[in-house]
Parts: sequence; structure tokens; C-alpha cells
Amino acid sequence: MVLSSVSSIVAATVVAGTPLIIVALGELVTEKAGVLNLGAEGIMSVGAVAAFAVTHGSHSPFLGILAGLTAGAAMSLLFAISTLTLLANQVASGLALSIFGVGLSAFVGKRYESISLSSVPPVVIPGLHRIPVLGPALFEQQGLVYFSWALIGGVAWFLYRSKPGLVLRAVGESPVSAHAIGYGVVRIRYQAVLFGGAMAGIGGAFLSVFYTPLWVEGMVAGRGWIAIALVVFATWRPLRVMVGAYLFGGCMITQMFVQGSGLHLAIPAQFLSALPYLATVLVLVLISRNRSTIRLNSPASLGQPFLPDA
Amino acid sequence: MWLKFEQRTEPSVLMRYLSPLIAVGLMLLSGMLIFAMLGKSPVTGFRIFFLNPLRDTYGVAELFLKATPLMLCAVGLSVGFRANVWNIGAEGQLLVGALAAGAVALHFPNSSSPFLLPAMVAAGALGGMVWAAIPAWLRTRFNANEILTSLMLVYVAQLMLSWLVHGPWMDPEGFNFPQTKLFQPHALLPILVPGTRVNAALFLAVGALIAGWVFMNRSFMGYQMKVAGQAENAGRYAGFSARRAIWLGMLVGGGMAGIAGMSEVAGPVGQITEHISPGYGFAAMIVAFVGRLNPIGIFFSSLLLALLYMGGEQAQQYLALPYSISNVFQGMLLFFLLASDVFINFRPRLAGRRK
Repeated sequence: MVLSSVSSIVAATVVAGTPLIIVALGELVTEKAGVLNLGAEGIMSVGAVAAFAVTHGSHSPFLGILAGLTAGAAMSLLFAISTLTLLANQVASGLALSIFGVGLSAFVGKRYESISLSSVPPVVIPGLHRIPVLGPALFEQQGLVYFSWALIGGVAWFLYRSKPGLVLRAVGESPVSAHAIGYGVVRIRYQAVLFGGAMAGIGGAFLSVFYTPLWVEGMVAGRGWIAIALVVFATWRPLRVMVGAYLFGGCMITQMFVQGSGLHLAIPAQFLSALPYLATVLVLVLISRNRSTIRLNSPASLGQPFLPDA
Repeated sequence: MWLKFEQRTEPSVLMRYLSPLIAVGLMLLSGMLIFAMLGKSPVTGFRIFFLNPLRDTYGVAELFLKATPLMLCAVGLSVGFRANVWNIGAEGQLLVGALAAGAVALHFPNSSSPFLLPAMVAAGALGGMVWAAIPAWLRTRFNANEILTSLMLVYVAQLMLSWLVHGPWMDPEGFNFPQTKLFQPHALLPILVPGTRVNAALFLAVGALIAGWVFMNRSFMGYQMKVAGQAENAGRYAGFSARRAIWLGMLVGGGMAGIAGMSEVAGPVGQITEHISPGYGFAAMIVAFVGRLNPIGIFFSSLLLALLYMGGEQAQQYLALPYSISNVFQGMLLFFLLASDVFINFRPRLAGRRK
């Protein structure tokens, strides 16, 4: 009895952390190229509604994920054009993308409210799912959960073990030098931003098609911003993103913890709901107070515009 | 052929003021395109969205009513934005200001003192400042990014408000609706034009715009803020404190947002509910940018954004479109503005592809 509730809490934590991992890794790659895209919240919202609409129409969650990915990339293309080609301020453009995306998703999603999708059966990994406690928690999950694990390895390998990853990091550290050697700084940054947008779109798709599975206005509920904070928390390292994401995932399902523990605590639901946001603030404070940690780990050109041939 | 941008020797003043107009024009064009794509006549859509709201005195009064909190928030934010202090949590500061002002109103249900409303304004400002002081302190003391912390506190403020109206502050005779008692008459802002809802907070907003103009253009501290934002190193060499710029930018932004919250609960809402603000704190950022962080510009851009809110209501009523079309227009406007701002510092040129 106790073991099965531990198992279900671990499983729920993993599920809650999965969209954060996917979105934060996309943002991490974008930031490693020197671009700060604060639009994740808006991109996730649009990805979520696009994925929901397509899954609802086609009954194919896979097509839904593709729709979320495409919508996310399209949204981030807007950001890329304004910041990389038109050299607009990255912070302001990210805010614009968030406001626009949240509004657009509410507008498009109005007709899908109060519809729910049939839930997608989990993908069971044969053999591994028999491990006591952890088996059912970790290996009877949605496909995107396994995708998020693969993505951690993939991004870590790409950034630190591959040539294009090295070039991308060089672009983020010193775009002027990278440009002087002959790398297309703007082209690489475009690719990084599009990748980040595609991942944020998938993160949104996970929420609306697999997690809830329904569309409600405002359902992203700050997860895009939390994912951005997670990148800082992880000091721009892929593996630490996973640790942070599950920490936050745990915060998000505290209500389940409290109910599962059988205690009848006199805590209003709103306090528990506020925990992930308060945890984000706390975590930012803990990481940022050591200024050299941030300076050593953040990409040197983060947020700076770059104009070739200037 | 390839579009290239050449750096101008100095920023174009003309483009600086033309750019918001270009952005509005592009927003209108794409708006009509959206109407066409939704199978509505673009001309009818334009008429209903942008002209219908202002067809009578009541409509014009509503425009000023909705512009009031936008002006208040935006002029406060612009002080910080000028110094690159990114307070994006004005929505939360507005809510906490509304709660503080509401606490005063609910605590004195029988007072007829002429000081009740001023006390509510002060409480609202204080509430907003307290909420803004948290990210300011975390930034100056712990170097925590104020963009993320101020935004996280918006969610916390929303949940705090939700808890209060569902719990301790709920009107016991309110049939279990999540709202407080209605404020007593002396805790409501006086109406300026009988038969409309526009109230005395408009004077506060215009006063804030004038004060903001004097501060930014005529005071040494305002000058320091501008230098800190435009030339960080120059500011540091001149001995202007970055720490003070952060505190000042955050507190002014929070205080103004708090007053905006007061003007809503003591104005059109008349009590505290979960729906005090349709995102005024976020829209105010667009107001500030479109108004070029300049109080005169903010006056006009707040009227424009107020019109977008009203247009959304009209579109919902007469075109059967979701109200959130307002937010789509708002987001587009900011995007177009940022994009057309490229022409301030750069000159476009069509260049042949290099061989």
C-alpha cells in the first residue's frame, strides 16, 4: 500500500517534470547560442492548442505532437526574425511573444474548451517495468517521457561532444570571433531559436494531449517561465536540468502528496498551488547570489544583438 | 537582391516617433486580414472593433475609464524601463495594491471621513511597492533576475487574492460567490460624468503622467536613470548608483500599479473579486513601449490599448469572436513596434548578392 503510493508519487513527479525538461533543454540550446528567448510561455501555449486541435481532429496524438512542434517553431521564427534580422531587443521581443502567444492560444482555443481527449495509453518498457516500485513509476510512462530522457543525452552529447555543438557554443561565447573564423552566426542562432521553439511546442503538446488531456485557457500556468528559470538553476548544464525539473515537478504535485499522506492539513489549496512559483524564486536566489557562478556559466553574449559586417 | 541594414551615424528622431504609427498601421492591416480569414468582412470588422466602441458619450467615458489603470501602470513602469529595470510583474503589484486598498475599505465600513479615499490610495501604493520591493531586494542583495522573480510573484498574488475571496474575506451574505462585500459609498471614487463610470482616478492618472514627465525630463534623478539605462558604463563612472536605479524603478512601478489596483476596486468593480484586472499590468508594458517611455506618448497609447480592450468586447458581442482577440491585437502591436524600431538605428538597403 505504502509502496504503491510511493510509486504513484514518483510517476506523477516524472510526468509533471517532463514538459519542463523538454522546454528547458530547448531554451538551454537557444541560450547557449547567445539568444535569450523569454517567449517560452507563449510558444508553449500555442503549441498546446495546436496539438490539441490536431489530435482532436485526427485522433492521432503523434500528429498532435508534430503540430505542437511545427507551431512552436513557427512562433519562434517570429522571434528570430525580429531579434536576429531586425535586431530588436531580445527581452522585449520575448515578452511580446509571450503576450501574443497566450492571447492567440486563448483565441484559437475557445472552441475546444470543454472537450476532452481520450487519454493515451502509456508505453510499457518490457522487462524494466517489472522492477518493484520504480518499474511502474518510470517504465510505464508516455512516450514523451522517454523522449525527454533521450533529449537530455542528445543535447549533452551535441553541445559537448560534437563539432556543430562546439561551434554553437562558440557563437554564444563570442559571436565576433566565430564570425571572423567564418561561421554564420545569424544562421546558427536562427537554428538554435527554432530548435528551442520546437521543443517548447512539444512541451505544450505534452500538457494538452497527454497530461490533462484537455485544453483550458491559461493551462500552461507559468511553466514556460519556470523552464527559463530552470536553465539558470541548472547553470546551463543539461543533466542538472533534469534534477531541477523533477524538483519542480514534485512541487507541482504537492496536493497529491498531502492527500496521499492521509493527513488532513489545514492548508488552503492556494498555498500549495503557489509552491512552484515560490520555489522558483527561492532557487533563483540560491543560485544567483554567487555572482561568479552565473558569470562563469552563462553564455557571454547572452541577450546581445549581433550585426555582421558592422 | 538581399535586404541589408546599414547602421545610421545617429539614431533617427523621425523614425523614433514614426515607428509607433507604422506599428499601429500594420496592426490594423493584419487585424483586417484576420477578420477576412475568419470569414467576416474586414470593413465591418474594422468598424465594429475600432469605431463601434466610441459611438456615444458612454463609450468615450469607458475608454478613459479603461485607460486610467493603463496610464498609471505604464508611467510607473517606464521609469524602470528607462534604466533597464525589467519589472514585468505589474499585474501582481496591481492586485496586491487592490487588496491593500480593499482592506482599508472593508475595515472602515461606516466611516464617512474625507480621508478614507486618500488612505485607500496610500494603502494601494504601499501594497504595490511592497510587492515590487521583493524582486528589488532579491536583485540588489542576491543578484536574482528581476524579470523572472517579478513574474513569479504575479502568480503568487493571484493565488493570494483567490484565497482571500474564497476564505477569510468572503462576503458571508454573498451566496458563496468568491467576492467580498460591496464597498460602502464613501470608499468609492466619485464619478466624473453622471451616467457613465469614468471616475476621479483619471485625475490621479493624468497627475501621475505630469509628475512622471517632470521627473524624467527636469530632475537630476530622472537624468541619472536615463543614463543608467542608455550608457551603463558612463553611469557607473559618473557615480550613479545602479542599486538605487533598481530600487527606484521597482518602487515607482509597483506604487503606480498599486494605485491602479485601488482605482479598479474603488471604481468600476466596487468590491474585491477574482476578476479585478483583465491583464492591465501586462498591457501596460505595451503601453509604455508604444508610448516611447514618454508620458505624453503613454497618454495616447493607453487610450489605444483601452480601445483594443473595448473592441474585443464589441467583437465578442457582434461578431461572435472570443474576447481574447484583444490580446492577439495587443501582442501584434508590440511585435510590429519592436520590428519597425529597427529603422531608428538602421537604414534599409537593397544590395545585390555578393559574388
